[in-house]
Amino acid sequence: MRFSIKIIASALIGGLLLASCGQSSDDVKKQMRGEGALSSDVAERVYVKPGEYDEYYAFLSGGFSGQLAVYGLPSGRLFKVIPVFSVDPEKAYGFNEETKPMLETTHGFVPWDDSHHPELSQTNGETDGRWIFINGNNTPRIARIDLKTFETVEIIEIPNSAGNHSSPFTTENTEYVVAGTRFAVPFQQEDMPISDYKGKFKGALSYIKVDPESGHMNIAFQVLMPGFNYDLSHSGKGKSHGWSFFTTYNTEEASTLLEVNASQNDKDYIAAINWKKAEEYIKAGKFHTMPGKHVHNLYSDETHSATSETINEVKVLDPSECPGLVYFLPTPKSPHGVDVDPTGEYIVGNGKLSADLTVHSFTKMIKAIEDKAYDGDAYGIPILKFDAVHAGTVKQPGLGPLHTEFDDKGNAYTTFFISSEVVKWKVGTWEVIDRKPTYYSVGHLMIPGGDSKKPTGKYLVAMNKITKDRYLSTGPEVTQSAQLYDISGEKMELLLDFPTIGEPHYAQGIHRDKIQPHTTKIYKLEDNKHPYAAKSDRDTKVVRDGKNVHIYMTMIRSHFSPDNIEGIRVGDKVFFHITNLEQDYDVPHGFSVLGAQTSELLVMPGQTETIVWYPKYAGVIPFYCTDFCSALHQEMQGYIRVSARNAKTKLTWSLDGE
Amino acid sequence: MKGRILMGLAGVLLLLMFLFPMWRITLIAPQYPDGLTMHIWVNQITGDEPGTLENINLMNHYVGMKDIEPSMFPELEIFPIVIYIVSALAFLFAFLGRRSLYLAWTGIMSVLGVVGVYDFYTWLYNYGHELNPHAAIKVPGQAYMPPVFGYKKLLNFHVWSYPEGASFLLAGAVALGVLAWYLSRKK
Repeated sequence: MRFSIKIIASALIGGLLLASCGQSSDDVKKQMRGEGALSSDVAERVYVKPGEYDEYYAFLSGGFSGQLAVYGLPSGRLFKVIPVFSVDPEKAYGFNEETKPMLETTHGFVPWDDSHHPELSQTNGETDGRWIFINGNNTPRIARIDLKTFETVEIIEIPNSAGNHSSPFTTENTEYVVAGTRFAVPFQQEDMPISDYKGKFKGALSYIKVDPESGHMNIAFQVLMPGFNYDLSHSGKGKSHGWSFFTTYNTEEASTLLEVNASQNDKDYIAAINWKKAEEYIKAGKFHTMPGKHVHNLYSDETHSATSETINEVKVLDPSECPGLVYFLPTPKSPHGVDVDPTGEYIVGNGKLSADLTVHSFTKMIKAIEDKAYDGDAYGIPILKFDAVHAGTVKQPGLGPLHTEFDDKGNAYTTFFISSEVVKWKVGTWEVIDRKPTYYSVGHLMIPGGDSKKPTGKYLVAMNKITKDRYLSTGPEVTQSAQLYDISGEKMELLLDFPTIGEPHYAQGIHRDKIQPHTTKIYKLEDNKHPYAAKSDRDTKVVRDGKNVHIYMTMIRSHFSPDNIEGIRVGDKVFFHITNLEQDYDVPHGFSVLGAQTSELLVMPGQTETIVWYPKYAGVIPFYCTDFCSALHQEMQGYIRVSARNAKTKLTWSLDGE
Repeated sequence: MKGRILMGLAGVLLLLMFLFPMWRITLIAPQYPDGLTMHIWVNQITGDEPGTLENINLMNHYVGMKDIEPSMFPELEIFPIVIYIVSALAFLFAFLGRRSLYLAWTGIMSVLGVVGVYDFYTWLYNYGHELNPHAAIKVPGQAYMPPVFGYKKLLNFHVWSYPEGASFLLAGAVALGVLAWYLSRKK
């Protein structure tokens, strides 16, 4: 009863406030929706004429879809959803024999994850368009996507970790991508009371080495940190190259009702890790080899297949044994994003429960370390004095700062979840220049190159957590949404709303010239090393091995070879190994067979893919091409004769009677 | 002396023909917005990208046209021999240095040129008209002969056919023959 009185009272006060401003609720509603605020030429600025190209690629994480979506900017058009951590029957990802190993983990085959932060590879601190990495949050993993093929080519599991959120931010030459643990967990995992959290739970921060040529990943080392929650990260660049920064929350080390119990400390920390120092300690043998079972999956464009290997141990560095490895920078109120400006000097802590924005100075941090300006320690890790590292504060820019990106003119842009806006401010003077509402409750933002040494200054994409009334309704679940702003002028301008898949968390953007000229158009048939490839009609055959039947089949406009197969029996396990003989851009063929409990195949030119099919009853079963490939696509079909288990039907195969 | 040099040069130009294609045929269709280009050489047939010939064949098999394969052109065997012979003749005549031989050589070349173009025409005619009766797509009265020279629209394809490097070398060689004959006249 008391509660409802409060509500009525606050509604009355709200009403009085509105009345005193002379605004009707309809006016406010219109403002909320941003109606009437656009200049007349915005349509032209996002319109990409038919046949012309967008200027930028934008890679938006698919959030709880587990995938990565590719859009064009400024149009906001969706080009491809790249399957990464979740199965995708459209592309047979996780369904065909070749890609099943990609989703293997120490828990077995995992068909889903929650993908948060795409991160482009960099050379000299600039995005280079070679690869894009993305984290799997739930079952901790990092994936690498090859931007020649736009396919997931590698997934590595992160051991001793839970909730891989502060990941996979790269160093300036992609020496490493990092992984943190959002949930502190017992280290090593064991059966213990949850209330024993304090001191027993730990947080591992992992450094995953990336081979500069092949891109192959391996876990170089883990830093064993106190049991805080490691939220986000960014690497140093320029003068701060060699360091990486992780935000923490729950330095209270609470294990229950975190919304209250993890929000008590005035300041949490940004952990500064000197990874060059870590390399020295590793070289000097100062590490512990510890259990760290993880699965590493690698896809080859030559065999068109993935393989899995299990690795049992990791190298672990204990900061209490490695002086100079880690320092804590006190930062107000559960900082979420940590963002480093293009010069590498300023480290922005987006204290999500604070009304201010705290910025630290890298130069001051180095000086504070030299001066040993400590304010005690946490589990043996020195805490630097706040005043000794603090560069400045953006005063009351908004409510609930989450993330910051930068442009090429010395400005920063920060998202505010609670006040639902993007705020532009000047790096160095900390003055607020402009603010624009988002619709609604923005999370991450992205400027192409905005977290690199070379940001662009044309577009900003805000990714919203709440959509409400922005689009045509689709029942209780509405589309996810991003918004495009023009940031080339002094004031930001909203240009476009566009729907997205999943829930977009972070994103990356890159100019088309860094990617489009290097696109793979076809796989060369002569380079196909798939063990079951049939590279011409002469190689086609059907081989029985007990109950396993291997069909070596080819596809080309507009037939399968063979397209009549007899001698299959109920109870067989039939492998269709299908090679697309085309050597022409944009001529994939599909394949599906009635009753398949997997998915279709979508085979690119020069590729071989395999689907398994279990015939359930005697009969003649059709199969067909699922991708409209040519004028005679409808004719691209065939039959497979299934006989009873004990039948003596001879194994035969043919095309046009031959 | 000028005549001998020019005649010898004509022989060299002929040998250079092996380094360049003679003719190009370019096809553009909605399915091939970037175009498919086929090059006809003295001794081979190529596409401008790997797989171009296969892709032309794949398209053309729907209307019953034959696959283009080097084996279907005896010319690719004969033509190089002819080039070697006439260039050897050019060197020989340059060595002998007789004006009438220059004229004779030019005459031989002209006849060969006409025969060559006629042969090309015949092949294109047959390629466009000899269709497989079991073809999937049959358009009554439609033939698919590409142009010998210039532009033509064939169903969904725009087709261009033009000479390339080696043809200009051939023409240049003939011109040099004429020039050799002209410049070595008695004054």
